[in-house]
Amino acid sequence: MSNSQLTVSQITGQAVLQLDKLNKIFNADTPLQNHVLHDVSLRVCPSELVALVGTSGSGKSTLLNMMGLLDVSTSGELRIQGHLIQGMSEQQRTQLRSESIGFVFQFHHLISAFSVLDNVLMPLMLRFGKPSKEQIEYAEHLLNEVGLSNYIAQSTSRLSGGQQQRVAIARALVTRPALVLADEPTGNLDTQTADEVFALFERFNVEHQCAIVIVTHDPRLSARCPRTIRLTDGRIVYDGPSADLPSVFTVTP
Amino acid sequence: MLFAKPLGQLGRSLWIEWRIALRFLADNPLQTFLISVAISVGAAVIVFITALIMGLQNNTIDKTLGTQAHIRIEATRQHNILSAAPHGQYLWVLESPRAQRLQTINNWQEVRDALDQYGVLTTVSPLITGPAFAQNGTARASIALMGIDPNRYDGIIKLQDYLRAGRFSVGASDVMIGSQLAEDLGLRVGDKLRLDAGDDRQAVSKVVGVFELGVRELDSRYVYTDLKQAQTLLNLPGGITMLELKIADIFDAEHWAQRFKKLTGLHVQSWMETNSQLLNALSSQSMTTQMIRVFVALSVIFGIASVLAVSVVQRTREVGILRAMGGSQQQILRVFLLQGGLLGLAGSALGVLVGYSLVQLFNTMSELLFVIRLEPSMLLSAIMISTAAGVIAAAVPARRAAQYDPAVAIRYV
Repeated sequence: MSNSQLTVSQITGQAVLQLDKLNKIFNADTPLQNHVLHDVSLRVCPSELVALVGTSGSGKSTLLNMMGLLDVSTSGELRIQGHLIQGMSEQQRTQLRSESIGFVFQFHHLISAFSVLDNVLMPLMLRFGKPSKEQIEYAEHLLNEVGLSNYIAQSTSRLSGGQQQRVAIARALVTRPALVLADEPTGNLDTQTADEVFALFERFNVEHQCAIVIVTHDPRLSARCPRTIRLTDGRIVYDGPSADLPSVFTVTP
Repeated sequence: MLFAKPLGQLGRSLWIEWRIALRFLADNPLQTFLISVAISVGAAVIVFITALIMGLQNNTIDKTLGTQAHIRIEATRQHNILSAAPHGQYLWVLESPRAQRLQTINNWQEVRDALDQYGVLTTVSPLITGPAFAQNGTARASIALMGIDPNRYDGIIKLQDYLRAGRFSVGASDVMIGSQLAEDLGLRVGDKLRLDAGDDRQAVSKVVGVFELGVRELDSRYVYTDLKQAQTLLNLPGGITMLELKIADIFDAEHWAQRFKKLTGLHVQSWMETNSQLLNALSSQSMTTQMIRVFVALSVIFGIASVLAVSVVQRTREVGILRAMGGSQQQILRVFLLQGGLLGLAGSALGVLVGYSLVQLFNTMSELLFVIRLEPSMLLSAIMISTAAGVIAAAVPARRAAQYDPAVAIRYV
């Protein structure tokens, strides 16, 4: 993804994700008050691949939960594909999440009671009920793309960590979301497997034209993303091309 | 047609809830099995106890009411009529109760025909009954002379079924006597006996049938003849002393007795009044059964609720995943409600089967006592109630699961 394209979409205002002065305060107005996010503003355009980095406790996961509509902000505005989230009901947020957002979590989070194929189909089944032939074919196609076409009917508990994460990626993509959010998707994997999984993100970013925001601790992987956003103590301290990230930040925490 | 579309939508969206609920249950087979067994034990106890008590009560009622009418209508009791006290004075009276001589019901044919119009009454049977002696040679026995209309009396006591010897017939000189009386007086079918109702009113009759009602008192006292002979002997020409009624729903007897009392102004008594102790026993039995059923049902409900409460905690992470994958709170709610319903259904289906086998076992073991019948509707309602109870039991845990914060739930290990 080149920087020139990024600039064009920013000008035309076609942001997939737009945050304006987002604040999150846990336990507001109590002695345990914890101001996690301070005036976070950013926009993510279609087909962008963004690394979200920062030390633990810097607010990365909270920010990702906001983006994924799993949590609501205390103040500020958040828009997904132009839809303002503040003021939406829980049901409306669930629907928007189901239509626009795919998730990949650190611990792959598959449902072991279901087969590999059913796990991939789950977002579609929750939205539409019994899956259609096309939907099943698309899920099988995705599993084929992540290299798991031989494991379709198997239980997820028999898969290795890397394989499970690849199922989770296929699941995140099955609804053809505009935005995929990944919370340390390689955090639990060895270096080689992590590289393979990350390569999938890069590939799907191009092939499926979806914006991807990846939270990662791994400076090697964040360097492979065109853009990096760095969070420190709930504030954005850097937002720009990964190559230009000041070296003081690249030291592994 | 109006509801076809929303129903179709609900069916489509329920598909995944069914699937998840079934998978969650199948994913933890031991837990599912154990709670199903617990539910089935509860359901089996309910089915068996209900059937047993119902059988017992029906048996008691049959035994008691098989040989008596549900409602009896007699002539108004005689009482003293006192003259009014002079103005401004009190009257002190020492009253001795009137002797109740045999009285006929006025216009009994009209009363009978009027009662025939009531659909709730299955039988309206006239009876003339009074005391007499039966004599064979030098042996005498006090008896109750029963003058009946043989066609109508069939609905009160089906004497045909109780006949031990001879045939069912009452007539000018034919009588049927109880087995105990036959033994006491040394009579057999075809023998003659003398009936003496006092005041030199006597008749010689032929024994044509011997019956055994199974109640010693009745078997040693009842002598059936036709209305006419009894009227002559008891000196009540053309009259009857009692109208006996049977009613479709026996527990309505008292209600109707009160209505007929108002309607006819006669002395009306229902079996419920004359057998108040039996009624007491029956109703306290029913109450005990009801209590057992309620408490067993409660324990089943709390059993399901506690298992699902644990299951909801176990499934916290999965609930978080499902929510993140676009599952709504309502869907999560339905998944756990369905699990409750399915547990109730499976457990009670098994329980009904066990209860049914227990009843069959009881029937083969105690053949002589009484037979328990199981109504299919009772089994069906047991299953339906248990399923509903399962859904109700699941309500609290399901709400809790639906309200999990997905961001927190997903990190639950």
